[in-house]
Amino acid sequence: MLAKRIIPCLDIKDGRTVKGVNFVDLRDAGDPVELGKLYSEKGADELVFLDITATHEKRKTLASLARQIAHNLNIPFTIGGGIRSVDDVGVLLDSGADKISINSAAVRNPALIDDLAKQFGSQFVVVAVDAKQVNGEWIVFLSGGRVQTEVRLLDWVKECQERGAGEILFTSMNHDGTKAGFANQALAQVSDALSIPVIASGGAGTMEHFYDTFTAGKADAGLAASIFHFREIEIADLKQYLHQRGIPVRLND
Amino acid sequence: MSVAIIDYNAGNVRSVLFAMERLGVQAQLTSDHAAIRSAEKVIFPGVGEANTTMRFLREKGLDKLIPTLQQPVLGICLGMQLLCRHSEENDTPCLGIIPQQVKRFVPKQGEKVPHMGWNQIADLKGGLFDESQENKYVYFVHSYFVEKGPYTTAICDYTLPYSAALQKDNFYATQFHPEKSGSVGAAILENFLKL
Repeated sequence: MLAKRIIPCLDIKDGRTVKGVNFVDLRDAGDPVELGKLYSEKGADELVFLDITATHEKRKTLASLARQIAHNLNIPFTIGGGIRSVDDVGVLLDSGADKISINSAAVRNPALIDDLAKQFGSQFVVVAVDAKQVNGEWIVFLSGGRVQTEVRLLDWVKECQERGAGEILFTSMNHDGTKAGFANQALAQVSDALSIPVIASGGAGTMEHFYDTFTAGKADAGLAASIFHFREIEIADLKQYLHQRGIPVRLND
Repeated sequence: MSVAIIDYNAGNVRSVLFAMERLGVQAQLTSDHAAIRSAEKVIFPGVGEANTTMRFLREKGLDKLIPTLQQPVLGICLGMQLLCRHSEENDTPCLGIIPQQVKRFVPKQGEKVPHMGWNQIADLKGGLFDESQENKYVYFVHSYFVEKGPYTTAICDYTLPYSAALQKDNFYATQFHPEKSGSVGAAILENFLKL
């Protein structure tokens, strides 16, 4: 049975992992390569590395970091942050990245999704979507939540799928950093609207939150950062818990 | 141990190279016919779209070379599909080494395509596997699949039971990515190296 995936997210700034609460107030949580390897050993199903400063500072994501991660990991990983062109992505693919995630650049230039999917295949293209509920409506935000668009969440994720995205990583900015649970209602709507997998992100605080997002939120994967980095939840415990509650997960070999 | 990884612009070949390094094998990433032919083991990776990838193979004459290889060959993911006769993905004639058709998943209610993530393999047969991998999780990413058939050496169940691995003579193949499948995948790659 296809397992629900548990994905630690490592936000990278200046080569170190950080995690912001509501995208500000950054805290240092270690070396990304070492942390990635540790998570892989502890049973993480996949890893996401996001260079959170990349868009703002117009930096390219570090290909050398991707290469170090790929050397040390035997599970899939996604790398993102500041990717704007097919050329940016070719370098990352060659460095050993399994998937790339694009966010702001896809909203500004949706044809980038088509180009990437054609060149590298849909399975390589994760579209990360940061959205926030504004006056009852879910609206897409850019640049790590700094810029509001007029694009509606459901319209956007459907367009992403049509253009060739292989997966959607949906972060609710209302929930991110709150540890009060994922945005399950919106997640279920996104999941129902799509035929590609959806990763839930933003709001994980307890093991039950993951159970809720895999059931009520219809998510295919659950992503979190600080609760893993600061060992508030151990991945092995989380998987055992989900297994006992009837959620298919990959238990340690 | 000399291992050649066929390099033909087919996606994430680097991760297969790294996986070999983790097993202590310095594999050679190459499209050189002589180097491939003389290697003790050949790995044929592939990620991407079937038609484009077949074109890359033809450009390097690899479509002629691969079917003639005598040593153990391991096709991975799209590499496995290209070993088959034909793919529904853009109606692509493939290498025809394993007489099987590659079809697109027709998802049932609530199922997603691509089949992406960790799923179990069962009914294991042949030299790639040993008992310890039965019902273990490995990592898949694909939208097309090969039906169960006479060359099936592992089953995965997603929308239907299909071929997670194939073998015909010296050609071995996995639909999943052993190089990305944790310790289970590493054991399968080690088994391949021991063939």
